[in-house]
Amino acid sequence: MSQNLLVQGPVKGVRILTLHRPEALNALNTALLGEISLALDEAEADSATGAVVITGDDRAFAAGADINEMASRDLVGILEDPRQAHWARIARFSKPLIAAINGFALGGGCELAMHADILIAGENARFGQPEINLGIMPGAGGTQRLLRAVGQSMAMQMVLTGEQISAKRALEAGLISEICVPELTLERAIAIAQIIAAKAPLAVRLAKEAIHKAADADLATGLRFERHAFTILAGTEDRKEGLAAFQEKRKPVFTGK
Amino acid sequence: MSEQTILLEIEQGVALLTLNRPGSLNSFNADMHAEMRSAISQIRKNPEVRALLITGAGRGFCAGQDLSDRNVAPGAEVPDLGESIEKRYNPLLRSLRDLPMPVICAVNGVAAGAGANIALACDITLAARSASFIQAFCKIGLIPDSGGTWSLPRLVGMARAKALAMMGDKISAEQAAAWGMIWQCVDDEQLMDEALKLARHLASQPTAGLALIKRALNASMNNSFDEQLDLERDLQRLAGRTEDYREGVAAFIEKRKPEFKGR
Repeated sequence: MSQNLLVQGPVKGVRILTLHRPEALNALNTALLGEISLALDEAEADSATGAVVITGDDRAFAAGADINEMASRDLVGILEDPRQAHWARIARFSKPLIAAINGFALGGGCELAMHADILIAGENARFGQPEINLGIMPGAGGTQRLLRAVGQSMAMQMVLTGEQISAKRALEAGLISEICVPELTLERAIAIAQIIAAKAPLAVRLAKEAIHKAADADLATGLRFERHAFTILAGTEDRKEGLAAFQEKRKPVFTGK
Repeated sequence: MSEQTILLEIEQGVALLTLNRPGSLNSFNADMHAEMRSAISQIRKNPEVRALLITGAGRGFCAGQDLSDRNVAPGAEVPDLGESIEKRYNPLLRSLRDLPMPVICAVNGVAAGAGANIALACDITLAARSASFIQAFCKIGLIPDSGGTWSLPRLVGMARAKALAMMGDKISAEQAAAWGMIWQCVDDEQLMDEALKLARHLASQPTAGLALIKRALNASMNNSFDEQLDLERDLQRLAGRTEDYREGVAAFIEKRKPEFKGR
């Protein structure tokens, strides 16, 4: 069992996944990607986990894929690439995933960050899709999620030139939602995750799904999904508790039912 | 490679860095940039160092770029000055600004061109009474680099900044101090004593806290009031976790002199 991913928690409903391949700036080889997807399986199954934070270290969130590994694959190898299943698993994670990013988030690292629902970055963070420099292109959503986050001109510029952008520009473009002093990035991400983990889990899950729906459906479909999800929550005990607690001016105690 | 273009001595928490090409008024050439880079990286990695003092050897502080490296013969290809700035000057200026400790500059003589702007980019700048500052760039068709167009208006206001940059007049240390361009002007023979005293004092202070002060003030130049309040909250949170803060409070309560470790 290789240990490229450190898993902590849950503490106050939050699990922390730390990418730990410092010798390779946390490059995402298949083994590490597999560990992430396994850790999300476990987080999904654990009712005590309400949200997950994923992070790297001071220098890098993740500086891309493992180039040696990639170079060893031919066309058929890429067609049958096991990585696709891992990426799909990360995208399917139903609980909130929050990325705390310091340093480089490049290539696969940028794509991994964009799989998160909320991105918090240190002032020193750098985002980019440098695949074009290697004669290839992003292969894990880099052309799709980046476009949706930052718009066409910046997405095209980043993907076609391979140039990086700063945390400040990422914030302006809407790729991330908050910028921090780097020493506090993880702490801030955990605080946000804990706030979310204290909410009604079913409401959180459906709200997340509804927002994701908006990215690939037309407005009418999205609104219909939202209405259905809203209706489903009407049957939950947590809704009763939430509304009652508000009326009685007390803190709600959610049970996930 | 015979002569060292940068001298570095580390003593009592103070790194004393001397620009050492006195024959050319300590102007920068490729060797000096390389040695400067390695000296700053040494300072950054050495946990003993809690303040940096920069000065020049001989009668000048620094005359900026060594133009004998830059002679443009008629008909010859024009050098890409942008590249030299991107690869040499800008990384140097950024590294001084990012260094997590006070950077003091003792301007011992003329500071011209990039030399002037390096002095202005330091955190606390002292100058000898006989020293002077010259934004010499305009006299050879260039613009102030090494942060000059950023520092000048912030230090002396736009009206003076524009005149300084476009006229290239020599400004005395006294005038510079009167305008708030530098911290202090001191008598020539006292410059190094004063600068060392200041550096040693700062090296005995809560260095991590000083580094956070530097970060906050540097950021304030670009932040809105709201952004700055948020930044103060975050940096104060970090400051509150330092050993020196505990020591400072303990010493205050126990009515004794604090012993700061810089952590």
